Amino acid sequence: MVQYTNTHLDASFAALSDVTRRGVLEQLGRAEASITDLAAKFDMTLTGMKKHVGVLEHAGLVTTEKIGRVRTCKIGPRRLEEEMAWIEKYRQLWAARFDELDKVVEELKRKEKVDGRKKRK
Amino acid sequence: MGARRESEHTSMKNITTVEKKSERELLVTRTFNAPARIVFEAWTKPELMKRWWVPKSMGMSLLACEMDVRVGGKYRFVFGQGMEFFGRYIEVTPHSRIVWTNEEGGENGSVTTVTLEEKGGKTLLVMSDLYPSKEALDAAGTGAADATHETFTQLDELLVELGASVGRS
Repeated sequence: MVQYTNTHLDASFAALSDVTRRGVLEQLGRAEASITDLAAKFDMTLTGMKKHVGVLEHAGLVTTEKIGRVRTCKIGPRRLEEEMAWIEKYRQLWAARFDELDKVVEELKRKEKVDGRKKRK
Repeated sequence: MGARRESEHTSMKNITTVEKKSERELLVTRTFNAPARIVFEAWTKPELMKRWWVPKSMGMSLLACEMDVRVGGKYRFVFGQGMEFFGRYIEVTPHSRIVWTNEEGGENGSVTTVTLEEKGGKTLLVMSDLYPSKEALDAAGTGAADATHETFTQLDELLVELGASVGRS
């Protein structure tokens, strides 16, 4: 359903191979943050953090937007796609279970009708 | 009257929806064309649960399905390949509500609440999966996405198959 090209995967793996960048993603998963916030949180220079965010942005894992003098970072489209893909799979699993459950339910209904409902309390 | 209603339903599948209610809760909803007592029965008797909880063409089968459906009672579903689901029932209210823990996930495990609401002979089922934290839900998603990639390819086939067979059953 969701297809990724190899270039995308390479960029993702490269982006995720670094412990700070994984930390940044986790952080942004909770709330958006400015580069300054992130630099402070990870005890790093602004330039260093800019580089990390650049790599994540290139991989589509993070998007940034400059408002005034502040560049705000948030989880990017790739991450959201992955989450949506997961939820869709989860939905499909339950849809399949419930379609099977329909069959069980129909059978119980027929049985109840045959039993004439006399046993029910 | 009942017969007419039934034949209408067999040609039409009810829709399953999933909604992310909050960053740590997923909600699944589905309507069943049956009274709540029947849907409840299918969720609480192992011999019935077994028949729908693992859709056939997932290519997996349950080796064991133990359910002690009462407050504090335990359940355990065992598959091949070392996969196991287990936990405890926290709340059991006949025909309307079942709550259980999912303990295979350790402290990141979710609590599942199923509520049944009957209206005009049909039952609206709402299932909530509440995780202890946003991180736990995200981790479950990542894990599930990895583990079920292949399984879901099979599931896609099943869905096509089910779609095809529904029209003529």
